[in-house]
Amino acid sequence: MTAPRFGPGDRVRVKRWDPPGHVRTPFYVRGHVGEVVTVVGPMPDPEQMAYGRTDAPPVVVYRVRFRRRELWPEDADPHEDTVVVDLGETWLEPAGTGEEARAA
Amino acid sequence: MRGHDHRPKQPDLEDLPYTWHMALTDALADLLMAKGIFGADELRATLETIDQATPAQGTRLVARAWVDPAFRARLLEDVNAAAAELGIDAGAIPIRAVADTPEVHNVVVCTLCSCYPRFLLGPPPDWYKQRAYRSRVVREPRAVLAEFGLVLPDEIRIEVHDSTAELRYMVLPMRPEGTAHMDEEALAALVTRDCLIGTALPRAPQRA
Repeated sequence: MTAPRFGPGDRVRVKRWDPPGHVRTPFYVRGHVGEVVTVVGPMPDPEQMAYGRTDAPPVVVYRVRFRRRELWPEDADPHEDTVVVDLGETWLEPAGTGEEARAA
Repeated sequence: MRGHDHRPKQPDLEDLPYTWHMALTDALADLLMAKGIFGADELRATLETIDQATPAQGTRLVARAWVDPAFRARLLEDVNAAAAELGIDAGAIPIRAVADTPEVHNVVVCTLCSCYPRFLLGPPPDWYKQRAYRSRVVREPRAVLAEFGLVLPDEIRIEVHDSTAELRYMVLPMRPEGTAHMDEEALAALVTRDCLIGTALPRAPQRA
């Protein structure tokens, strides 16, 4: 079975992809860093199922927590509120590698 | 001559443009029935089942969790299985309960569409499906909750859960103060639909 690449507490960055078609990763988290809260486990990949590809391999889904102030630093509200988004592993990469320069 | 013969009729929903997606939906349903995949009565019964689910099913789960710590643990582990213990069919899509604490208040949204635990709670309120709620609650949750009349202390963190995968969410609110004397049924009556979404909090009844 698909072994999860990340575990709880890992910092992950959402890829800045913009693929066409049925996509379940909201724009507001793309390119941002969050923390894995829970490994939900392998689930049918909605980005494949939408096209009837029922034999596509499952995708490991994670619950990833983002800080609202990291997502929208321009907002004045100082509260440390958070958003948890369910994301497929294909969209995630370890934070601190690759796109480090973009965050600077 | 009176003008009433010439007044334009108020349009019904059916008078709106018949879109490509509406035609696709009708064609798909017709085809599936023509091929015998399901019958008209099965389609009707499925819609009826969805529409007959009500927030009361969720309020029973909350009240049981408040009086039974072992049930609370099982509810947080697997809502569908815990619901089955009470004879409630919560459907096939897995539902997770997110528990409020003295430090964290939870709110549920689906920013991409209108995902909602329909089989457990029934159809979502109209505002839940509207762009204003979906786009704003992730970015300015305090302002949105204040518009619902819910003002939370600064020290409480608001955690918004965006239902982007094949999981659905319900909030497990905290039991209000001053309810120690109440039984499970009375407690369930304190929980409303919006408490299960996180846009309201259950309140103890006012003492006369």
